Amino acid sequence: MQLTTKQRTRVDWFLTFLRIAALALIGAGLLAFIAQAIDANNPFARWANPDALSLTGKQFRDLVVAGLAQGAMYGLIALGYSMVYGVLGFINFAHGEVFMIGAVTGAVTSSKLAEAGAWESNFVLCLLLVVFLSMVVCTVTAVIMERVAYRPLRGKPRLIPLITSIGVSFFLQNFILVLLGPGTKSYAKMPDWLTEKRTFLEIQGTRILVLAVAAVAMVGLWYLVERTKTGKAMRAVAEDAEIASLMGIDVNRIIVKTFAVGGAMAGVAGILWGLLFNSVLHTAGFLPGIKAFSAAVVGGIGNIGGSMAGGLTIGVAESLGPLMILEPLGVSGPSQLRDAVAFAVLIIVLLVRPSGIFGERLPSEERT
Amino acid sequence: MNRFGFLKRSRKNRGALTVLLAMVAVFSLLATSCGNDDDDAPAAPEATAAPEATEEPAAPEPTEAPEPAPDPRGDALGDGSLGVVTVPEGESIQIRSLNAISGPVAFLGLPNQRGVELAIADYGDIQGFSVDLGTPLDDLCSAEGGQAAAQTIVADEQVIGVVGTSCSGAAVAASPLVTQAGMVMISPSNTSPALTSDFEGNAGESYNVGYYRTAHNDLVQGAAMANFVYSELGISAAAAMHDGDPYTQGLAQAFSNAYEEIGGTTTGIVGINKGDTDMVPALTELATGSPGALFFPIFPPEGDHVAAQAPTVSGLEGTQLLAADGMLVDGFLELADSEGMYFSGPDLRFGTNVNQGTGRNADQILDAYQAAYGELPSAAFWGHSYDATTLLLDAIAAASWVEDGDLHIDRAGVRQYLNAVSGYNGVTGSLSCDEFGDCASQKITVIFHQSAANIEASKNNVVYAYP
Repeated sequence: MQLTTKQRTRVDWFLTFLRIAALALIGAGLLAFIAQAIDANNPFARWANPDALSLTGKQFRDLVVAGLAQGAMYGLIALGYSMVYGVLGFINFAHGEVFMIGAVTGAVTSSKLAEAGAWESNFVLCLLLVVFLSMVVCTVTAVIMERVAYRPLRGKPRLIPLITSIGVSFFLQNFILVLLGPGTKSYAKMPDWLTEKRTFLEIQGTRILVLAVAAVAMVGLWYLVERTKTGKAMRAVAEDAEIASLMGIDVNRIIVKTFAVGGAMAGVAGILWGLLFNSVLHTAGFLPGIKAFSAAVVGGIGNIGGSMAGGLTIGVAESLGPLMILEPLGVSGPSQLRDAVAFAVLIIVLLVRPSGIFGERLPSEERT
Repeated sequence: MNRFGFLKRSRKNRGALTVLLAMVAVFSLLATSCGNDDDDAPAAPEATAAPEATEEPAAPEPTEAPEPAPDPRGDALGDGSLGVVTVPEGESIQIRSLNAISGPVAFLGLPNQRGVELAIADYGDIQGFSVDLGTPLDDLCSAEGGQAAAQTIVADEQVIGVVGTSCSGAAVAASPLVTQAGMVMISPSNTSPALTSDFEGNAGESYNVGYYRTAHNDLVQGAAMANFVYSELGISAAAAMHDGDPYTQGLAQAFSNAYEEIGGTTTGIVGINKGDTDMVPALTELATGSPGALFFPIFPPEGDHVAAQAPTVSGLEGTQLLAADGMLVDGFLELADSEGMYFSGPDLRFGTNVNQGTGRNADQILDAYQAAYGELPSAAFWGHSYDATTLLLDAIAAASWVEDGDLHIDRAGVRQYLNAVSGYNGVTGSLSCDEFGDCASQKITVIFHQSAANIEASKNNVVYAYP
């Protein structure tokens, strides 16, 4: 009764105002951008920023593709956050470091393969091997992390594993620092046929490869979760761990498997990072990790398809947002604000749809 | 009884108690941090006041001398206006090194600090008093690091001068504290114009009397690159990129200003963030102006990403890439992406220049460096650091006198000496200090990087010298 006839409080009015203001600002920026694209000299294009630049079609396409590639990577990392949240109900902040370990593994193995001369002569096989090794290392890392740091805390209030995960994150970061030193770890040089622009839409080969690998990984994961027994058990544990165990499901085993799958996805994402940026640092996991977490929340945390959608949304938004919305509005130094744009997406999505794009509102008692 | 009662009750209300404790903890933290802030503010004035309050006037009262002795000061420089430091017999003259010796910029700061150590060892004693560097301090290449280290330095009233900082950002915070305490600060690698002047008689916004440097002013490097791009390469539209750091921002701006002055068009200056990896949006922003050249005086790893991604952005395919000495590191030169790039930097062709304070030339210093530290310098400013140190030691020698076995050093005399430096022979060339503390020879060279397979050849491949 009370919920249905809820009275609008001042806070509600304020939130409504914020929503409208945020959307109006985005709308104004977009309109100015579109006006520029139609005719760079029409008055509406210049009302906020007289020096506004308009993008050519090719540049716009490049931005979209770069954003999608980056977003696919965020999406793969976000899966790990989302699945662990679905099953255990806590945020594993150390997941970004698992991703970093994947990228570092790729850098080390690819440079070793290049030293042995195999990287150039047999690139595809080497890449598959590197992806496989990275998945294995990340899976093992995630499983050990679960066993050592999280299982002893099973059943404790959710804040405790959350804080622990921050500690694990620092540990992994510094572990790699001590193990491999503070310098940049470079990937072996990619073959020219991969890095050059393809005739197909003139998109760079690596970006196509990144999108393809992410798509394959997503399909594999979807099959695992929706079509196999393990997946069914995972969904059952996510629904209600206690009842699942009554149905004869080994909950601990399923949790380990969830961590393993999330780790494997982070391993793939790590290699994609290497393909895109060719180098990795021990601190490389932090920001992508936080953005992937935002992606998981934007997509609706606990929802697998939502994670990928959230990742792509954030990736494209941070790629396009500075030049499409901030620049026409006359904000100075828009490219320095790309991280701010990524997190602004999170805030705006939460303002408009608090459960995320694909999230379902859970009854509050279920998650306590 | 009461205590037990309290505890007993609290067991029921453990949640509330925890919250209460947490709040107390938070408030006490806040209180401490606020307290610290409060302490920070008066620290500087206190430090300034201290030397004047404690140092006795230079001229001693001749109470015991039976006959008027000749002035013990001799011809030591200075009027005592900033106080006189007395080094008791058997103790050492205190100077400090303040450089970025940890973190990602340690490659720049460590050679600076080692340059100071070598110079002190080569220079020897001043009037029989040894020179002590104390514990080397770290500027962390940040304003916070510079401020914290400067506060440590000014707390010791015996310190005469500081060789540092490595980074302009740290100097902005450290220079006012150090100079207001009456000490001098000589930086071997600060290059921001804000710290000295614009060469047209206008002091930079962060200039403090008592600040000097043996590194070039970025206005010169910006002008060198602008002239090179416009006149030598014949490119009339160029863009620049910075990473938000005062050094890179200042250099990008200096390049742009000089470029427009000689007739070129700057199509855009874009900032990125440290830690960024995807440069496509920033590069696309620059590509809208179709520049013929892109100057990005930033550092690895962001610079690596710029060099790798620029050719993939529509509108930048044929753009000539140029960078400054920050990118002139082996890890970057070994990448194929860096081939065909130009790099500007201080003129490192030291040849047979001899430092007049110690009589050493560059080769001898490098040999000593290798022997002492087991490697060659990882950055360019070790020689500037060596020269900065001998300048400071010469200034101390010129402003000090021995009396009753103690050494007296006039702080004002140290500055007087440095202000008058002209034609001083250093390993980096001939040094002359202008009225805003720019002492360097201000020679910039541009090198061309031909092949990633032979980076040593590229480092010596000077294609342009300025002025």
